[in-house]
Amino acid sequence: MKPAVFDYVRAANKREALQQLTEHGEQARIIAGGQSLMAVLNMRLAQPKVLIDINQASDLHYLKVENNCLKVGAAVRQVELLDRTSLVDEVPLLAQAMPWIGHFQTRNRGTVCGSVAHADPSAEIPLCLVTLGGTVVLESLKGKRREVPAAEFFQGVLTTEKRPDEMVVEVQFPLREADVIYRFYEVAMRHGDFALVALAACIRQGEVDLGVGGVADRPTLRRLPLGAELKDSLNTLAWSLGAQDDVHASAPYRRQLVRELGQQLIEDNDHARAS
Amino acid sequence: MHVRADQRFPIQIELNGRQREGLAEPRMQLCDFLRHELGTTGVHVGCEHGVCGACTVLVDGVASRSCLMLAVQAHERRIDTVESLSRDNIMNDLQQAFSRHHALQCGFCTAGILMSCVEFLERVPSPDENQVRDMLSGHLCRCTGYTGMVRAVLEVAQQRQETLVENNNDV
Repeated sequence: MKPAVFDYVRAANKREALQQLTEHGEQARIIAGGQSLMAVLNMRLAQPKVLIDINQASDLHYLKVENNCLKVGAAVRQVELLDRTSLVDEVPLLAQAMPWIGHFQTRNRGTVCGSVAHADPSAEIPLCLVTLGGTVVLESLKGKRREVPAAEFFQGVLTTEKRPDEMVVEVQFPLREADVIYRFYEVAMRHGDFALVALAACIRQGEVDLGVGGVADRPTLRRLPLGAELKDSLNTLAWSLGAQDDVHASAPYRRQLVRELGQQLIEDNDHARAS
Repeated sequence: MHVRADQRFPIQIELNGRQREGLAEPRMQLCDFLRHELGTTGVHVGCEHGVCGACTVLVDGVASRSCLMLAVQAHERRIDTVESLSRDNIMNDLQQAFSRHHALQCGFCTAGILMSCVEFLERVPSPDENQVRDMLSGHLCRCTGYTGMVRAVLEVAQQRQETLVENNNDV
């Protein structure tokens, strides 16, 4: 299908984009890579009156390490993170998750912040951000710059804490901690498809922070004990996510994936690591 | 730059090495612009939501879905389509290998796959089979089962590497 009509504005910088957002509010949408939004527009699930293109906004195009965080500006494409050789030392969980995101043809254009702003519950970048305790930076022309913890930013399927006149200008991934093991794995119908279940783990001494994507309406993070109690707590976690049946998988199958893959991932099964 | 919804904007692109211009409303997808305005009908439009990969073209040398991009976004950029591959009606090495290995049947998906392969082989000059299959996972082909494509890409990669070595030895 073809998108409904809209005005197109190419913003030269962040300020111009924010001005447009202030002027048009809910009628406007920001477009960066467009790898999620264009599909939504083509299917007319969204019909904004104004589309604000930030691909040329060079002040949103930065990738830097600062205050113990990797800061990613809104115009940075996924391929740029994937090609960053130091990423595996900076944010190893993200380095493991990046190859799972779509295909190389979509990572070439898709942006990191765009995936966060879109807030698909099965998306990998939001899951990593929540699991690591990262931050989403929102800006508007009138209001203050807000730094929202990722766990509060995601509020449901394609629903976030962002107000209509705000835009996601940056996301911040905490750098790797010493003595933490990071692991990522997911199951999809086909590599690059939406995850049926995606798991991200930060394994510490005696406990694990386990993030689950693709099951609940948003990425969900739980702290579980390691050792003999792990199996029971994974089962409790699996039941707490409110898994639903859909055309791709049944709710019991999703729960089973959380239990089994969770255990394999945490207890270092070779199969789970072969990503 | 502000283009009204009903305005037909003059878009300038470098298409397959030539400067071209055409008109497009903001809502026109790049794939439709390339086909209907500029006549490069080698760009095939399949699913229109980025899944099938048939419409893949190179934008500034980078493989991208032309259905997930607006024509206005391509203004002043360089676009390469499958028409850029052959010279004087002679197919390039990749196209010939596809033909040799039966890597296509109906051909609808082929134009997009070839364009992905062009960028892929620049980024990964000596790929293994897994890497080729990973690259092809961004495309749907309902005829071939992909086996011929994998063979074709691996063969071209090897031939190009050998040519590179020979040329270096000549110098």
